[in-house]
Amino acid sequence: MIDFGFGISPSSGINLNNSDKDTFSKLAKMEPNVLKCMACGSCTATCTAGDFKTTSLRTAILNLQNGLKDEALEILSGCMLCGKCTMVCPRGINTRHLILSINKIYGK
Amino acid sequence: MITLLISDTFKAVTPEEIIDRYPNSYNHFVLPFVIGIVFIITYLLIGLIRILYHLTPQDRKKLLKSLVTPKTAWKNIKDIVLDCLLHTKIWKRKPLLGYMHSSIAFGWFLLIVLGHIELALFAPRHLSSLSEGSLYYPIFYRFFIWINPAHETLRGALFFFLMDFVLLYILSGIALAMFKRVRSIALGMRHTTKPSLADRVALYSLWAIFPLRLLAEGFTADLSGGSFLTTPVNMLFKTFFGNGLNFMPTWWLYSICLGLFFVAMPFSRYMHILTEPLLILFRNAGLKVRKPRKGFAEAEIYACSSCGLCIDACPMNVQKKNLKYSSVYFIRFLRRHNTRKITEIANKCLMCGKCAAICPVGVDSPAIRRAHRETLNNKTDYDYSYLTNYSPQFATHEQNTPTTSKILYFAGCMSHLTPRIIKSVETILRAAKLDFEFMDKDKGICCGRPLMLAGKTEAALKTIEANRRIIKESGCHTLLVSCPICLKVFKEEYKLSGIRILHYTQLINELIKDSKLHLSKSDSTMVYHDPCELGRGCGIYQEPRTVLNCIGVLKKAKKERDESVCCGYSLGSLTLDEKERTKLAESCVDSLLEEKPESIITACPMCYRAIRSKASVAVKDFAEAVCEHIADK
Repeated sequence: MIDFGFGISPSSGINLNNSDKDTFSKLAKMEPNVLKCMACGSCTATCTAGDFKTTSLRTAILNLQNGLKDEALEILSGCMLCGKCTMVCPRGINTRHLILSINKIYGK
Repeated sequence: MITLLISDTFKAVTPEEIIDRYPNSYNHFVLPFVIGIVFIITYLLIGLIRILYHLTPQDRKKLLKSLVTPKTAWKNIKDIVLDCLLHTKIWKRKPLLGYMHSSIAFGWFLLIVLGHIELALFAPRHLSSLSEGSLYYPIFYRFFIWINPAHETLRGALFFFLMDFVLLYILSGIALAMFKRVRSIALGMRHTTKPSLADRVALYSLWAIFPLRLLAEGFTADLSGGSFLTTPVNMLFKTFFGNGLNFMPTWWLYSICLGLFFVAMPFSRYMHILTEPLLILFRNAGLKVRKPRKGFAEAEIYACSSCGLCIDACPMNVQKKNLKYSSVYFIRFLRRHNTRKITEIANKCLMCGKCAAICPVGVDSPAIRRAHRETLNNKTDYDYSYLTNYSPQFATHEQNTPTTSKILYFAGCMSHLTPRIIKSVETILRAAKLDFEFMDKDKGICCGRPLMLAGKTEAALKTIEANRRIIKESGCHTLLVSCPICLKVFKEEYKLSGIRILHYTQLINELIKDSKLHLSKSDSTMVYHDPCELGRGCGIYQEPRTVLNCIGVLKKAKKERDESVCCGYSLGSLTLDEKERTKLAESCVDSLLEEKPESIITACPMCYRAIRSKASVAVKDFAEAVCEHIADK
């Protein structure tokens, strides 16, 4: 393929200036432990819904920090709140409450 | 002589025995009482209409049907007599509290009934018409009449004695109640509710009513008759005051206290007296809480007696700051429509159900909390489209011959975090030579209970529907569950007619009974932890204990069966953080290690994980413990 120096696919860059820090701090106020997440991925590894559909709390938190609200909501939409992630989280994050709060703050 | 006495007792009363002191049967002092009683009756009627209006039409029909069905009607009568009059539930839990409460409540009831009987026998015309004072006459009977000493009968004297006896019974209860305010622990309560303003008004007027009645009836005892209490009071005070000037003020005060009590009643805890019978009717009709503040829930809220037994019961009370999350305060905030507090408490609760289990009135506050969560979370977005087409590959499916003798084993999400439970259950099923299939071996759909607990009912029904389809398609006759959380929702929401739903503790118990499974007994000591959802949730207390008695020596925990302490990791709580949960787990372990057993056995994957992290002794799952003792026979 000839490299013309530009492409026609949309940019995958993230403009952090667009990320809404206020909303994230609102979330952190409701569930302060979200700041403790070290992205270990235990939650994603055990996820019941993840067996069927890409569901990952770890990615969702990263997405929110990067201002990708819609992506975060989408990746949590299959969650069945079973609570396995809470049981395995090494940081003791109350993941069920976190997911409910994300839905409440960022959802429509 | 005796026959003379008896004939005298049963002879129709000669008109001279009772003479009206007030020919128009009225005195101004009855006014406060009349205002109070009219107010409370009006309030009750409006409240009743409001509650019935907010019930759904199906619920109303259900209620009506239950009232005319002989079985439920009989249960209604039995429950109302046992709970509202005799207070058997409090007697069973705390005998001293039972005595205190029933002396005041049942005693007062007796006074009212006796008063009416007395009036019906001696002055029936005052009971029949309003213009003759039927509203207040039975209450102030002793004020309005004059007993002709020359014609006093044994029957009359019997009533004087009974009334005084009951009054003494009540006064002893009031004395205990006052003592309880100072030292509640003496009556078996570590914490009591902080009374609100209306509570205080009603409480103090209630305390005052009976001593004032003693004084008032004492002052008139020489005119209207008295017995061992009122007559000495009369003689004593006659000598003190020497005149009848104290007469009217006391009757006025008595009437004012009664009126004040009735006016304060709807805003105070004492509304439970009048609401409890309604709650019993609703409960026996099988109604469920649908809205957190209306209809059935309103009956529950007003039936709460604010006694505070739930404060001591709540597992969260290990931290003093969490006392405010008890059901009694939750219901108080519901009464006051304080939404912020209601939400805070509703989300914090573990939903372990202990408060409902020990509640003397039987207020199911976890159900109200769930209903409140529904108003908060039901609308949040979800996408479960992946559930609709999912079907696990069963061995029978491939052969296309669904057998009817199969057991379907649903391990549940949490059991998958503790594979030893699954392995043990499989070993036991194989040892008993049972034909079984795994419903969620590699992957499975959540049972829906966690969603229900979070208030996302709509979403929960989606997962329930998907699982229900899989269970029905499998053609099984028994659904075996190893997680109590799943068990409860399978039993309550799935409507799997024709399929037995068993927890593994039940199945193992049956296998032993049918000699399909043989266990060897050892002399090691163990204690059994009742998981909330299995014990209080599904009423399974005995089966696990029967089995454990076959494999070892079962010790007792400090709190067990329906008083068992939640392990703290319940999915019910939405906002309780890790630190607080740890504290709860520690208190749970403390209760279990009361008699120093060698191991702790539990039958819930969550309790297992929670207790294992805190206990100093070996912690085993029930199936694991049974597995270790399988004998070859």
